[in-house]
Amino acid sequence: MGSLDTFLQQVFNGLVLGSLYALIALGYTMVYGIVNLINFAHGDVLMVGALTALSAIAAAQGFAPGIPGWGLMLIGMFAAVPVCVLLSLLIERVAYRPLRHAPRLAPLITAIGVSILLQTLAMSVWGRNPRTFPQLLPSEPIVLGPATATVTKLLVIVLSAVIMVALLILVQRTRLGRAMRATAENARVASLMGVNPNAVIAATFAIGAALAAVAGVMYAALYSVAHFYMGFIPGLKAFTAAVLGGIGNIPGAMIGGILLGLIEALGAGYIDQLSNGVFGSNYQDVFAFIVLCAVLILRPSGLLGERVADRA
Amino acid sequence: MLGATVSIALVLLVLPLVAGWLGPAWVRTLGFAALYVMLALGLNIVVGFAGLLDLGYIAFYAVGAYTFALLGSPHLVQNFPAIAQLFPNGLHVPIWAAIPLGAAVAAGFGVLLGTPVLKLRGDYLAIVTLGFGEIIRIFLNNLNEPINLTNGPQGITLIDPVRIGELRFDRALSVAGLQLTSLQLYYYLFTVLALLCVLVCARLQDSRVGRAWMAIREDEIAAKAMGINVRNVKLLAFGLGATFGGVSGSLFAAFQGFVSPESFSLMESIIVLSMIVLGGLGHIPGVILGAVMLSVFPELLRHSVGPLQTQLFGRTLIDTEVLRMLLYGAALVVIMLYRPKGLWPAPQHGVAPSTITSTPTQASADS
Repeated sequence: MGSLDTFLQQVFNGLVLGSLYALIALGYTMVYGIVNLINFAHGDVLMVGALTALSAIAAAQGFAPGIPGWGLMLIGMFAAVPVCVLLSLLIERVAYRPLRHAPRLAPLITAIGVSILLQTLAMSVWGRNPRTFPQLLPSEPIVLGPATATVTKLLVIVLSAVIMVALLILVQRTRLGRAMRATAENARVASLMGVNPNAVIAATFAIGAALAAVAGVMYAALYSVAHFYMGFIPGLKAFTAAVLGGIGNIPGAMIGGILLGLIEALGAGYIDQLSNGVFGSNYQDVFAFIVLCAVLILRPSGLLGERVADRA
Repeated sequence: MLGATVSIALVLLVLPLVAGWLGPAWVRTLGFAALYVMLALGLNIVVGFAGLLDLGYIAFYAVGAYTFALLGSPHLVQNFPAIAQLFPNGLHVPIWAAIPLGAAVAAGFGVLLGTPVLKLRGDYLAIVTLGFGEIIRIFLNNLNEPINLTNGPQGITLIDPVRIGELRFDRALSVAGLQLTSLQLYYYLFTVLALLCVLVCARLQDSRVGRAWMAIREDEIAAKAMGINVRNVKLLAFGLGATFGGVSGSLFAAFQGFVSPESFSLMESIIVLSMIVLGGLGHIPGVILGAVMLSVFPELLRHSVGPLQTQLFGRTLIDTEVLRMLLYGAALVVIMLYRPKGLWPAPQHGVAPSTITSTPTQASADS
């Protein structure tokens, strides 16, 4: 494979990763835009989605062994989404809403606590060992010009794109979307205009959770494994993506996600050559952190965010 | 006042002997409690005094531990022939040099972390410091090629124990007819150092620097307007907090005799954070209370809940590790919802000293 082929392969891998990051980043950015809170537990919602799908698929397989892979995948997603949505609504109601007007650090510390509680829940229900996510879709490589793909990877890209378009339509063209944008801009005035801020905030959390659930299932399908700690790293990277694109900005989260995926894939692919073998691809996770630090230090408003004055 | 001090001193003196009766595990728990008190006090400087939420604090603990480990174990000698030539008898830096070195390296990392994050506020600062903590852990885990600095996931073993003159802390000691085990000796050492840390923190709190920290915690712009050099004060907070972490880390390395990246995960940072949040953010007695509670309770639970569950239910419903994590998570959430200033907050003198986790007493009209 020539170097152009490697490059294109890495670009494709980056798109796959980036699509996942974008989905998760949307959850972060929407919640931050509307209540100014970094939902630290968002990555763990993803994890619950993946594990719920795993159980649902196992149950379905036991119940009716003849269901094809596609069907099981759908069953997994249809099980994961409601569970994550309900979980997220519960968390919002119990842990975040009472602290909506508290100083900044309180909701953040609570979010950390919720994250740990979710991990504890997952450990009790699904055990501490990683569980294998079954190979549901055909795994023969599909050759797309110089790059090879699998059905799962293509599904990730296509499904993410469809969902993102749907979300943009929701936010720009529907009443709920208008209400969300209004509440994000100014919750008091929005309530004067007849918008119920609590309901809108709850809806925002729900949508974010649904996206995370889908991302979680696809993440597990992509890596064939699910465990209680799997949400932490993707969550952190997705947050980086959201910040990269401009937190609070929905198209920004999408672009940030894809961009971060590309940076990570290309970086991991080329770091060996660039550092003469000192740093290998096991430093892959460090890229996201470096990007995060760089963005926050150099351009905290992100790529598409508005420049905000230095707030104390 | 004197009575209270004397009784506390007596309790601290006698505690390990009582615990020793119950079993060596309990003495070890007490030792770790003292260690956690030092860690909590250090994080308290950064989060409680200066209001800078640091989620990667354990990185300084790690740096201190690894520095001590490298200076007092066969690792460097085995992997670098140049060093083996310089130190034919092995590298055994005495603790009066190793601990300050560990603290200094940690402080260096603290300033390194603090410098780029000076203008970040609450949420972003937390995430970036979290990222730093993870980066340090990833580096510790992977710096075993091309040059083997940290020995990767296997960690560094055979670390020298603490040695003060002729006294070796890994052997038992006979004093006045009492046989003090190594664990008890370490407990005494840690407690003395923890008390020293308490003293330092108490003096810092009432000093100009301490007041400067609290000023930037309450309102950074007003503090700047009052002439406080916010940049230097913040760096000092990070550096001093890191120093505490570095000292604790060095002691931990000597105590355990072995360090690996596993002991320095995000969960540990969160544990120390939950100690100070539970106890009382910014209030030294509260922080000590939180540290002791959250290092002793899980052990108590482990010894009681495990057998209790098998008695009641015939098997273990909830693993004690899970229970431990549950405790930390629940502590954070419940405290933030119901007692945001902690179990033992600082007494209010007109203005709440810790408004970063609770609304100010004079509520302005709805935001």
